[in-house]
Amino acid sequence: MAASGGRTVGSFLWKCGNCCFNFNTVSSNLTRQVLSRQLCVSAVLHRKNLAAAGPEKFSEEFIKKQVEEFNIGKRHLANMMGEDPETFTQGDINRSIAYLFPSGLFDKKAKPLMKHPDEVFPKQRAVQWGADGRPFHFLFYTGKQSYYSLMHVSTGSLVGSRWLLKEELEELLVETISEHDYARFIQLMERLLSLPYCSVEEDFVQRYRRQLEIQSSKQQVQPLQYDQHGVAYSTGDGRRKTATGTVLLRDSGSGSISINGTNYVHYFPVLQDREQLMFPLHFMGVLGRFDMQCSVSGGGHSSQAGALRLAISRAMLSFLSEGQVETMRQAGLLTPDPRIKERKKPGQEGARRKFTWKKR
Amino acid sequence: MLLLAGPCFIFVAKPTEQHLGQYYTVPPSHFHTVFPHGLPPRYQQQVKTFNEGCVMVRQPALELISHLKRADYSKPTLRYLLYGVKGSGKTMSLCHTVHYCSTQGWLVLHIPDAHLWVKNCKELLPSSYHASRFDQPIQASNWLRNFRTTNEHFLSKIKLRQRYVWTKRESTEEGRPLGELVDMGVSRVKSSSDVVGAVLKELRLQAGGTEGGFRLAVAVDGVNGLWGRTTLKKEDKSPVAPEELTLVHNLRKMINNDWCGGAVIATLSQTGSLYAPSSAYLPQELLGEEGFDSMDPFVPVPVSLYSEKEFESCYLYYLDRHWLQHPHSQTEEGKKELIFLSNRNPSVLERLCAFL
Repeated sequence: MAASGGRTVGSFLWKCGNCCFNFNTVSSNLTRQVLSRQLCVSAVLHRKNLAAAGPEKFSEEFIKKQVEEFNIGKRHLANMMGEDPETFTQGDINRSIAYLFPSGLFDKKAKPLMKHPDEVFPKQRAVQWGADGRPFHFLFYTGKQSYYSLMHVSTGSLVGSRWLLKEELEELLVETISEHDYARFIQLMERLLSLPYCSVEEDFVQRYRRQLEIQSSKQQVQPLQYDQHGVAYSTGDGRRKTATGTVLLRDSGSGSISINGTNYVHYFPVLQDREQLMFPLHFMGVLGRFDMQCSVSGGGHSSQAGALRLAISRAMLSFLSEGQVETMRQAGLLTPDPRIKERKKPGQEGARRKFTWKKR
Repeated sequence: MLLLAGPCFIFVAKPTEQHLGQYYTVPPSHFHTVFPHGLPPRYQQQVKTFNEGCVMVRQPALELISHLKRADYSKPTLRYLLYGVKGSGKTMSLCHTVHYCSTQGWLVLHIPDAHLWVKNCKELLPSSYHASRFDQPIQASNWLRNFRTTNEHFLSKIKLRQRYVWTKRESTEEGRPLGELVDMGVSRVKSSSDVVGAVLKELRLQAGGTEGGFRLAVAVDGVNGLWGRTTLKKEDKSPVAPEELTLVHNLRKMINNDWCGGAVIATLSQTGSLYAPSSAYLPQELLGEEGFDSMDPFVPVPVSLYSEKEFESCYLYYLDRHWLQHPHSQTEEGKKELIFLSNRNPSVLERLCAFL
């Protein structure tokens, strides 16, 4: 069933490329979940937009009653025709009705019809929210809850991976592809993923996806070094806006810091700079543990403080565990600040400031 | 003296070695008499806020006091020099010692900041006494006024040993009390610098004398200002050297150890000093060649930053006075942050806590 379903889908998609049809999915309508669903092909195309029909106009009990009536009616019809009720198929029903109620009409839809209520009454969504007005599905407010829940394929294959790039696809197919072709391909793959039962074709889909690397694993953590007394130490350097700084971090110290030979209280009289130095240590809770010898040059006092902060964070990496490294990265302690002084443009007084505008 | 009990920091009456790191209260009545002009301005604000003056007992001050107790006052005067990094508590230690001296009944000559005499002077008069020198009437009269407040009870006791002639019509005879001289200096502003010189000379001669002798304590803050350069200019825009100022000249004679019966306690100060780099704090750097030679030999007393115990005590004092309002500053972590940010420097810590 699944294979044939796939093939029909495939053939269908090749036939009519971009026509949109809205699949009123069954996930919301739990009682009407039928496992062996027919992937209605062309008939659905001509039907109206089911999703836009709104919440149900026929209640569930009504539909159930109709189903019972249909089954009873089927058995009666079989009895009438002298056939066996157990093996009375839909084709037999159609022939019997056509025999019993001959119609001179030409339009097929106008002729008398006896079909299972599922085919007669349009599929509709059950009410999406409960008595307190709170919707059942967590993606209700996206508007297309079923589509988006499909996209959240919880196999984990879609998270942390990306589609092939155009160059990679060309490499795979050993053919040249234009941008238009590539866009169509991505559209196709996305459409495939939006269909139900896409997890069946996961292997096929995965061939065209690449894993994204996790950012923090790119961080190079240098091993700890030990000096002659057995005290662990590590170095780090950082840069911020033309100021460069290096730090030698020593373990089992008392929290003394010397910058370029002088005490840090005298080197950074401004409180803000000292707070910048304090930030990585305070964040990890190791305030009084390390001794630091720093050297810094270039820039102004603020950029020197920023450079030293980055250097301290990098030097601290060798003392910390993996999880702590990740928290530091997320706190932004390990990211070098890329801002530099913007270039002055000709015709303007500064980078952004224009000359005074005079009316005449 | 008041005596109050509290946790880990106690207010003590007479501080001794066991009370290291603890606070002692100066009675409010003493504030106006002993310290009309001596305290650092931020500390004065703190006194006003807390409605009491508490001084921490620290090692340098105790060392000084023990030296003073044991010194022999028939020998030439000993000179003590307090030095340390900026904000480590030199002026406060000096004030502590001055308070001790005044409670012991000494005559205290307290010059709050020698730098005030070598810069920002609006009026410079050529001296009447000596042709090449310059007078500073405003500074001199201010100082005389404060001197009078500090040492009221001595002024009537000390008698002049020499006759001083100020102008053709005015003179002060021998045997008159010192108070009269001081009053004259305060009222006659023009000759106040010379009055200062005369007062210093008299005190030098009479200190340590056997009849009615008193001990003289000369406390100078920012003594390195006496030997540096000045920012004052003569009328022809040439700079004035410190020797050409009457006040400085007389003060230098005071600091020389050619008299006996007292002590000279001096502090180095970079904060008000002229043309000195901000990282300088050693005596050699701040005094310069000339100053070092004239101060030599002296007893150096280093003043360091707060130790762990002292920091603890200061922190508890601020907590007790509800000065630290921020809830985080009352936790252990907040204390660690304070230690880091101030590096146990007293003045930096005080400025930090001011807005917490």
